[in-house]
Amino acid sequence: MAHDTGEYVAFRNVQKSYDGETLVVKDLNLSISQGEFLTMLGPSGSGKTTSLMMLAGFETATNGQILLDGRPINQVPPHKRGIGMVFQNYALFPHMTVGENLAFPLEVRGMGKDERETRIKRALDMVQMGSFAARRPAQLSGGQQQRIALARALVFDPKLVLMDEPLGALDKQLREHMQFEIKHLHDSLGITVVYVTHDQGEALTMSDRVAVFNDGRIQQLAPPADLYERPGNSFVAQFIGENNKLPGIVEELRDDRALIRLATGELIDATAVNIHKKGEKTMVSIRPERVEINTEMMPENAHLLDAEVREIIYMGDILRARMRVAGSEDFVVKLRNSIGQRRLNPGEKIRIGWHPQDARALDAV
Amino acid sequence: MASITQTAVPASSLASEGMPLKIRLARAQARNRRRAFLLVLPLLLFVTLTFVLPIGQMLQRSLYHDGFSAAAPSLGQWFSENPEDIRPDEAGFAALAADLRYMKEQNLAGAAGTRINYNVPGSRSLFTSAARKADDLEAPYRDAILGLDQKWDDPRIWVAMREASSPWTSDFYLTALDIQRGADGTLERVDEHSRVYLALYGKTFLLSGVITVICLVLAFPIAHLLATLPMGKANLLMILVLLPFWTSLLVRTTSWIVLLQGQGVLNSLLVSAGIIGEDGRLALINNQTGTIIVMVHILLPFMVLPIYSVMRVIPPAYARAARSLGATSWTTFRRIYAPQTLPGIGAGVLLVFILAVGYYITPALVGGADGQLFSNQIQFHMTRSNWSQAAALAAMLLAGVLVLYWLYDRLIGIDKLKLG
Repeated sequence: MAHDTGEYVAFRNVQKSYDGETLVVKDLNLSISQGEFLTMLGPSGSGKTTSLMMLAGFETATNGQILLDGRPINQVPPHKRGIGMVFQNYALFPHMTVGENLAFPLEVRGMGKDERETRIKRALDMVQMGSFAARRPAQLSGGQQQRIALARALVFDPKLVLMDEPLGALDKQLREHMQFEIKHLHDSLGITVVYVTHDQGEALTMSDRVAVFNDGRIQQLAPPADLYERPGNSFVAQFIGENNKLPGIVEELRDDRALIRLATGELIDATAVNIHKKGEKTMVSIRPERVEINTEMMPENAHLLDAEVREIIYMGDILRARMRVAGSEDFVVKLRNSIGQRRLNPGEKIRIGWHPQDARALDAV
Repeated sequence: MASITQTAVPASSLASEGMPLKIRLARAQARNRRRAFLLVLPLLLFVTLTFVLPIGQMLQRSLYHDGFSAAAPSLGQWFSENPEDIRPDEAGFAALAADLRYMKEQNLAGAAGTRINYNVPGSRSLFTSAARKADDLEAPYRDAILGLDQKWDDPRIWVAMREASSPWTSDFYLTALDIQRGADGTLERVDEHSRVYLALYGKTFLLSGVITVICLVLAFPIAHLLATLPMGKANLLMILVLLPFWTSLLVRTTSWIVLLQGQGVLNSLLVSAGIIGEDGRLALINNQTGTIIVMVHILLPFMVLPIYSVMRVIPPAYARAARSLGATSWTTFRRIYAPQTLPGIGAGVLLVFILAVGYYITPALVGGADGQLFSNQIQFHMTRSNWSQAAALAAMLLAGVLVLYWLYDRLIGIDKLKLG
């Protein structure tokens, strides 16, 4: 979790425009504490990479201020920022061996040969690549190159490391393994990591906090569990994980409890998140694994809905049931594949419901 | 384990009919190889006929000239019977007289004289006039021949004839190296004022080097600009780079004359701008400067293209990575960017240098007296029908280029060459 030692990196009212007409980053405010693992997550074009590049110094902010350890760095050139960076395609220098690649940041800092070698060895051992110093990057597999890129970004002991979709080019299994290793390195070195990805799974498993970007703004900044279980708006609900959405109108609103009337006339319970008054349009979001099909498990006097099973997809650990609910053809329910689980068949008509806190009434899109 | 594998034949190496897999594979591949060979056969024939054979012929000509040996069989015999460094005796003059008669019969005096003339200038007429009177010669031949012309007593003539009595000779290479045979047959350097070739050879390589360096200095930023500009602008710039290719070499060269000559556009502009005085007009053409300027212009695309093709595929992430690791922009350029452009630089330098070393039209047109290159000498000998001398000079040029090529391979590695 975030070691709360104050503000280490800060974006203050940062804006970025490439063409002078549209803003790619609109009023970014974000503070990152020392030792935190923060992920910028978002679809392509959402401004996350641009924000990272502004922090690295490869793009200049059109407006606003970026602070590193309390010091404004807008005017500091990238080589003086002392920030380690891992690039999407590793960017290992092809004309140098692995050892020379790692020596490079130390040489440009004028470090002596003995200390260089000690540090290179330590960094290579850290990523379990100790015996590869004499190889060329082209002789390494993707995963090995990734480790070297990581070692190179860490060899000069930066306090802050930026990673721009570093695992994008790896296959699924290797990616999951590297996620674990990066997280482990982060924990053991105590460095601050700003990580950019469009893979929500990666963001959820690795981060202390995730900033979900869309349309040049942070839509929600929260720890992974909050993000998944308590999305703050319909974009986040839609972007993170699978989501069932039911459009409706607010019928009743008392504190954070709301009663929503769906377009087809049914009433459902929901938790009010960003709805403000009766009669407002809303989008109710329910995670597929939180939908209940056993009536006895639902809270008393919960509103139930009619559903007709259209299709059952067997996925091993779970069963995915696609249903027709309140006029929508693709309402998805996930059922654990366990003994005693009620089996459904296509065409079957059932009643479904949920705990009110699992249905979130969000802004209508 | 070992005892089992020794006796067992690996199942995979035997085909179903019992034919070993290796043989079947070889047969299957032989068919493809034959087909591939037939496809390249026309090109192979073309290259052999138009490149390998002419070069072989050229090398042979540089060492072979039978103008004298075919015309003087008796002297050939006399020379082989008598060792080196002997003054011609009566028998020698008798052989000469016999050969002069033979030359007259066969009408070969001109050819023989021309061959000796290469070594001893001014001796062609000696042969033609002596052959004309060959039938009147009577013993004692020494007095009779010396009676025709005292020059026949010149030992240099006899040294030259001895050398030329064999069709295989190193004379043309000696000439190309500014070396001649002295009166006693030993090798010596020619007089200082008539040494031509070695100095010109050196100058040709030096000028080509200068031209190559200027091309590199000019081409590198252009190629970088081309590689980093957005596509549309890069294409426009590329057209400008390639424009010289679309006009004839002759037109380009003459337009440079118009531009650079004493009363030309550039000088007039400088004068009217008051930068230079009317009598201080710069000599930019018909000298070495002209050769350099025009050849740089003509050869520049050959430098730009290979460098550009290499730069285009260097991802910008490398420079960013270097910067993020703490390198200044200069260090990034020197340690990261420039080394990666090396294959393109190597290709461009080699290409431009080799083209420059053999360039002929441009120096001939704009080089004046001191802007001439080695190939102009080759051309000079070709117009004089001294094919052997032209061939020897060309072979020297070829040797120089091959040495450079070898050096390049040793220093950079020819496998790193990238032409596009």
